[in-house]
Amino acid sequence: MARISGVDLPKSKKVYFGIQYIYGIGPQIAKEILEKAKVDPNKKVSSLSEAEVAEIRSVIQGDYKVEGALRSEVQQNIKRLMDIGSYRGLRHRRGLPVRGQRTRTNSRTRKGKRKTVAGKKKTPTKK
Amino acid sequence: MPRSVKKGPYIDIKLLKKVDALNQVNQKKIIKTWSRSSTISPDFVGHTIAVHNGNKMIPVFITENMVGHKLGEFSPTRIFRSHPGTKAEKASKSK
Repeated sequence: MARISGVDLPKSKKVYFGIQYIYGIGPQIAKEILEKAKVDPNKKVSSLSEAEVAEIRSVIQGDYKVEGALRSEVQQNIKRLMDIGSYRGLRHRRGLPVRGQRTRTNSRTRKGKRKTVAGKKKTPTKK
Repeated sequence: MPRSVKKGPYIDIKLLKKVDALNQVNQKKIIKTWSRSSTISPDFVGHTIAVHNGNKMIPVFITENMVGHKLGEFSPTRIFRSHPGTKAEKASKSK
């Protein structure tokens, strides 16, 4: 069982895709890690030897910020924006899009599920 | 696309002169400015700069964390006063 930075890797997948289950590791960084650890990216996770797993683990620990540490860094960055009272911080506080997108429609990812306003009539048909 | 590093950060020359002058005599005075697009440089830390938002000057006290941001980021140009009928939002509407 390969367990790296607190995440179980899916056994039946190739290592290259398996380590992308770790928060903070995407295609690019997965490639870099496997090159540094000298592990064949096409190998299945289940067929990794202990030594290879240990090698991957040490590369990740040495060079990359993943999982909890990365999450807390992101949170800290957002908190900094809020604390200094910048526009971006205000948008984070309100739960609205931060980078100037329109909010008249869409932006449901940030705003969450639609809250229907009572008493609002359907758009009247043009006369 | 970010600004070319070669040019350095954009700071309004007049504003920079005023800040420098204050730093020379070690004074803190409120500086009025309309230059919202100026980057906050480390020299500004500790000063209060009144940044125009199109309507009035918003005093902004510059702290170390703000270095690298633009002055305009701290002087909002729009006021959102809750939608009609959303009382829950009205209650939690204190900035």
